[in-house]
Amino acid sequence: MFLNQFLFFAAILFSIGVYGVLTRKNGVLVLMSVELILNAVNINLVAFGAYKSDLSGQIFALFTIAVAAAEVGVGLAIVLLIYRNRRSIDISDSNMLKG
Amino acid sequence: MMALFSDHFLVQQSQQLSETGEWIANGFFYIIATVAVLAALKMVTTKNVVHAALYLLVVLGCVAATYIILGAEFAAATQIMVYLGAIMVLLLFGVMLTRAKIGNDTELDYDQRWIGALVSVSMLAVLSYSLFEYFEGATMPKNQKPQRTEEIALEIFSTYIVPFEALSVLLLAALIGAVVVARKD
Amino acid sequence: MYLLAEATSIPWILSNVWLIPAIPAISFLIILGFGKKLPYKGAEVGLTSIVLIFGLSLLALFAWIGETESSHSEEAVGVIAEVTASDSQLDSRLSQLSPRLSQVSPRLSQVSPRLSQVSPRHSQVSPRHSQVSPRHSQLDWESRSSIELRMTENELRMTENELRMTENELRMTEERESTLDCRSESAMTCGGESVILTAGEEEVRGAPVIREWEWFSIGGSDHSETVGSQSESEDDSHDAVESPDISIGTWVDGQSVMMLFVVTFISGLVHLYSTEYVKDDRRYTHYFAFLSLFTASMLFMVLSTSTIQLIVGWELVGVCSFALIGHWWEEKPNSDAALKAFLTNRVGDMGLLIGMIVLYFAAGKSFSIQKINSMAVLSGQDGGIEQSVLMVAALCLMAAVMSKSGQFILHTWLPDAMAGPTPVSALIHAATMVVAGVYMIGRLYPVFWEGLSIYGSNINAMAFIGGLTTVGGGLLAFVQRDIKKVLAYSTVSQLGYMVLALGVGAYTAGMFHLFTHAFFKACLFLGAGSLSHACHHSFDMKSDMGGLRKKMPKTFATFVIGSLALAGIPPLAGFWSKDEILTGAGVWPGTGGNGTYYIPFIFGIITAALTAAYMTRVIWLTFFGEYRGHEDPHESGSRITVPLIILATMASLVGFLNMPSGVVKFFGLPESWAHKFETWVEPEGISTFVSKANNNFTHAKPSLTLAIFATSCAVFAALGVWTYYKKLYAKDPKATEYTDGLASRVPLLARGHKILSEKYYLDHLYSGIITNFTKGPLANAANWFNQNVLDRFVDLVGKTSAAVGGFVYHKIDQGVIDKAVDTSGLAMSEGGESLRKLQSGQIRHYASLMFGAAVLIAIVFFIGVGER
Repeated sequence: MFLNQFLFFAAILFSIGVYGVLTRKNGVLVLMSVELILNAVNINLVAFGAYKSDLSGQIFALFTIAVAAAEVGVGLAIVLLIYRNRRSIDISDSNMLKG
Repeated sequence: MMALFSDHFLVQQSQQLSETGEWIANGFFYIIATVAVLAALKMVTTKNVVHAALYLLVVLGCVAATYIILGAEFAAATQIMVYLGAIMVLLLFGVMLTRAKIGNDTELDYDQRWIGALVSVSMLAVLSYSLFEYFEGATMPKNQKPQRTEEIALEIFSTYIVPFEALSVLLLAALIGAVVVARKD
Repeated sequence: MYLLAEATSIPWILSNVWLIPAIPAISFLIILGFGKKLPYKGAEVGLTSIVLIFGLSLLALFAWIGETESSHSEEAVGVIAEVTASDSQLDSRLSQLSPRLSQVSPRLSQVSPRLSQVSPRHSQVSPRHSQVSPRHSQLDWESRSSIELRMTENELRMTENELRMTENELRMTEERESTLDCRSESAMTCGGESVILTAGEEEVRGAPVIREWEWFSIGGSDHSETVGSQSESEDDSHDAVESPDISIGTWVDGQSVMMLFVVTFISGLVHLYSTEYVKDDRRYTHYFAFLSLFTASMLFMVLSTSTIQLIVGWELVGVCSFALIGHWWEEKPNSDAALKAFLTNRVGDMGLLIGMIVLYFAAGKSFSIQKINSMAVLSGQDGGIEQSVLMVAALCLMAAVMSKSGQFILHTWLPDAMAGPTPVSALIHAATMVVAGVYMIGRLYPVFWEGLSIYGSNINAMAFIGGLTTVGGGLLAFVQRDIKKVLAYSTVSQLGYMVLALGVGAYTAGMFHLFTHAFFKACLFLGAGSLSHACHHSFDMKSDMGGLRKKMPKTFATFVIGSLALAGIPPLAGFWSKDEILTGAGVWPGTGGNGTYYIPFIFGIITAALTAAYMTRVIWLTFFGEYRGHEDPHESGSRITVPLIILATMASLVGFLNMPSGVVKFFGLPESWAHKFETWVEPEGISTFVSKANNNFTHAKPSLTLAIFATSCAVFAALGVWTYYKKLYAKDPKATEYTDGLASRVPLLARGHKILSEKYYLDHLYSGIITNFTKGPLANAANWFNQNVLDRFVDLVGKTSAAVGGFVYHKIDQGVIDKAVDTSGLAMSEGGESLRKLQSGQIRHYASLMFGAAVLIAIVFFIGVGER
């Protein structure tokens, strides 16, 4: 088993996740794509951990999972708040930071 | 004491994969990887929000399988429990609470999808180039053993105890924060 | 030096002759300032000053005669010959001394302390000096000559020291003589040096006494001091090569002394005459003031040592002439005449200035007449002026002479100048001012001699102009009614004679004619004044005069004597001078002058006849026949007739001053009485007027046959006119001309008469054609040029500058510079505006940028930086 195949697999997932973030208008879908990115990163970590026979890879993957969970929670809370205020979660509508 | 305990209860020791075992593992990996990539692609292109969530579910499951192939059983278990169990549910709840359209929704993507395509493809290109440049021919170790949960636990609670605690604080903060933010006032 | 000072001395008057112009100048100022308050209204001041300077002039004259005469002492000539014949070594020693002269001056200062030590020897040495420079001989040296000669001989052989001392003494002697530091190499024209050379072979004459003061200098150079001249305290004229010091001074030699005498004499007589003539005039004081000023200026000019001084004097006399001609300027013809005189003179003065400037530069930047003359003499050799330069200068100066001395064609002012009072005409336009030009030629004679190549020619510019003038003036005198105009044309004609004389090389003849002419012309003018005084201020012969012989006998007698003198009847003055001129032309066989001038000679002969003729006409119209006027004429007062008598006497006697030796021998008089005038007046070393290379100045030998021929021409002409008028008056005593005369019958003669009475149409040419051309077409052309060419050019320049300025402002300043400033501002704002669009507020844009940047960083680090 090559290391590369795992890393490559992670890279593909990552790219797809990036595509999803940049493409999707729905806030929840954006969060899903972010999850995809995070998972790709996890694969990377674990693969290196296995390659090096180091446990840190897994451990950090655990941390990442935890953080992702927290982030999704807060993110969804915000999305819900946006939905409550605007009746839509089209993120292209929230452009009040526009210069 | 724990070591004794583990030694007593655990039935089998980890042992390295045999040659055929490797081949099978590889084959399974490719299948799983393909499924995951296809599911991911479908997830970012589908017009049905729920379908996207389900596709994500598939991807996450495949990722967990990959962990197992890599010998990271604890990560796989955690993945399934947290991601598939909690986060996906959370996302589906979010879908439900934001009244996502049931069925096909035509306004899910931006019109200018080429920006995203461009960026992701360039990113993929760079990543693959660098991977192939630097990790050519690197193989997984032959006498690879799966990494047992016991070892991980020992590791967390000795070396990485501080991040662990910080993480729990973070979760707490996230929890409170989410509750505060989403309060109906 | 001090001992020798006892032996010789320059007469005080000759060194201080500057008093002579100074006194009338002072009297001018006094008359101007105080004249009106004085009892005789200024006339006494003027008269006194003139009498005073006349006395001084006589003193100067006799001093000068003494100077020139002593050089002609026969004993001196004889003994010199003895001495030089007896001792050749002495002679050689003497001739050795001359080259060392120029080396002597630095040693002079060393000598003076030694002089007192060697005084005993000096008394032995001085006789030898005297014999070498014979002017010093006031000693009775026939007795001491031979003995002391041997003694001095021995002394000469003794030591070098003594030779040096004698050299120094010789040097100082010269200085005493000339009071001039002569360092020019050409020793000849400097004072008295010719005496050093072969004593006895050359006629020695008086050296000019020249004194100069520096007037002002241009540029900061100092003059070199005269070495050892402690007796006179003057600044000498040095070789003014370094700095043009403008100096004024007095130059006393025969010419100037003669002029002093003439000017002061005639001025004195005119002053006396004027007290009667212009009595009760409206500007009596003013008149006398200007008479004094005129006299002062004329004398100033006559004594000039530098061309600047000459020009100043020249112009001053012109100004006085203007003022005096226009004395009664309330009548327009008088002021017109004054203007005409001045302006015509101005035309000629251009030539004067140009000529003087040419000479200044040619003589190595020197205004000194002496230097100019000496350099002109060397023409053709080193240190001389080229002949072509001299010719240019001579021709320019001829222009000046033409205007001032009334030569053809600038003579037109002279007849009109008769509008002034008659004494003024007598003084200025007969005797003195108009001869200024002739005098100048005489003063600068080497320039003209070399420039116009007078020696050996057949014709030259000066002689030709002089000849034309004589004949032209003479012809014009025939057709005048106004007696003064006749005399004016006669003056023109006689001035032509003088210029002719100088032109053919008869220098002394010209000067002598100047001298004699002054007397008889003044006599004639004053006589005309006396006539008009009697005929109630009219000068018209034909209408107001006639038959005045009985009524005004003194005037008649003096007038006739003056006319005879003018006509050249022997033994009166005019005969001698005119004859010498005709001789000098060198045409008559046996005379042998400085050239053979045929045409001027012919002109001269014709004029001799004409002069006699028109003067006879005048006498007939005025004094014979019957009185045609309306007044009661009577003889004038003594203050008018006395000057007339004096002048008539002078006119008769003065001619004997220059008798040829033939005449002198004929009358059994001593040989030395011949050519006295020449002795006194001809400048020292006239043979040095010519370039040493070839020529020698010669005097023409007088010829009895020529005298007879010329006189008979005059007499015949006079007789012809006499007969004409006798017949006329026999027919009709009151007629003035034949009504059916030749002129009225022969059209050609009538045309000729018309030309003459229109004065050759010259006035018409000057005022009508030339002035009108200048006023009209020339002025219009100049104006057109100015407006259309010059102004347009100026406008063009202005417009171009304005256009350039506008272009620079609009295109460069506004367009480029301001635009650069604007552009930078615009760039900032536009840049900011476009950068603002980055902040779209859209998450995907931000995300795209972030991920894109990450890709770029990745490219840079992973691919660009190298292997990891």
